[in-house]
Amino acid sequence: MERIPILRMGNYLLVTIQVDMHDKLALTLQDDLTNRITEANAKGVLIDISSLEIVDSFIGRTLANIASMARVLDAETVVVGMQPAVAITLVELGMSLPGIRTALNVESGMEYLRETVADHEGSDGYIGDSAED
Amino acid sequence: MAISGTVQKTETVPIASSSDVVLVRQRVRVWTTEMKFSLVEQTKIVTAASELGRNTLEHGGGGSLELAIVVNGSRQGLRLRFSDKGPGIADISLAMKDGYTSGSGLGLGLGGSKRLMSEFEIDTKPGGGTTITAIRWK
Repeated sequence: MERIPILRMGNYLLVTIQVDMHDKLALTLQDDLTNRITEANAKGVLIDISSLEIVDSFIGRTLANIASMARVLDAETVVVGMQPAVAITLVELGMSLPGIRTALNVESGMEYLRETVADHEGSDGYIGDSAED
Repeated sequence: MAISGTVQKTETVPIASSSDVVLVRQRVRVWTTEMKFSLVEQTKIVTAASELGRNTLEHGGGGSLELAIVVNGSRQGLRLRFSDKGPGIADISLAMKDGYTSGSGLGLGLGGSKRLMSEFEIDTKPGGGTTITAIRWK
């Protein structure tokens, strides 16, 4: 069966979507990623969509679902590399991807994940106390 | 009728599976490139085609897309016509509303793709299938 590869690097999972995804492939990616987060005890997921020429409502919803499921499993998601034409079209379509953290490129996406995950680990000692600010 | 013009060239793409929706996107991309639409316009048209193609598959039980170059005076446009023989749309104004869905989607397909195209027309009757015609003028 056709699959999009998921790479593991330490606590992070990296996905580069390089094919024009049909809907079933997007759903397979969603399932695979959620399983891998648990198996790998991942704290961050980076999804590179720089090769995607369009993001329609289905792909947008799949990305939002992945981010929500990852959050429930204690992992942060960042979507990187959206092409400007794709961003313009998505907003006109009526999807502004609320709840999805984005970054312009892989480098700043990784930086965001490292900072966020480090913050989480830093507050581990305060069990039962409100360490959120 | 708003949507008119002389048809110059056509192509038909059958829509029977989710990989056909990918094929729809690819064919529409080829046509928009040949017609020299800008990258943003291409992206909008391909995205609208993807939404409408998925509707044809999910709600219409499959059907087809007819691509055509239409010329109206000095204007040239790409016409996309999605047809299915599905149950039809009972309440068009409700179906056009953002957020309304009869399936499991987000309900952005019809309203969203109308915004992405220049002209948009729905011909449907309950039990009689649906034909959606959309044009993007250059």
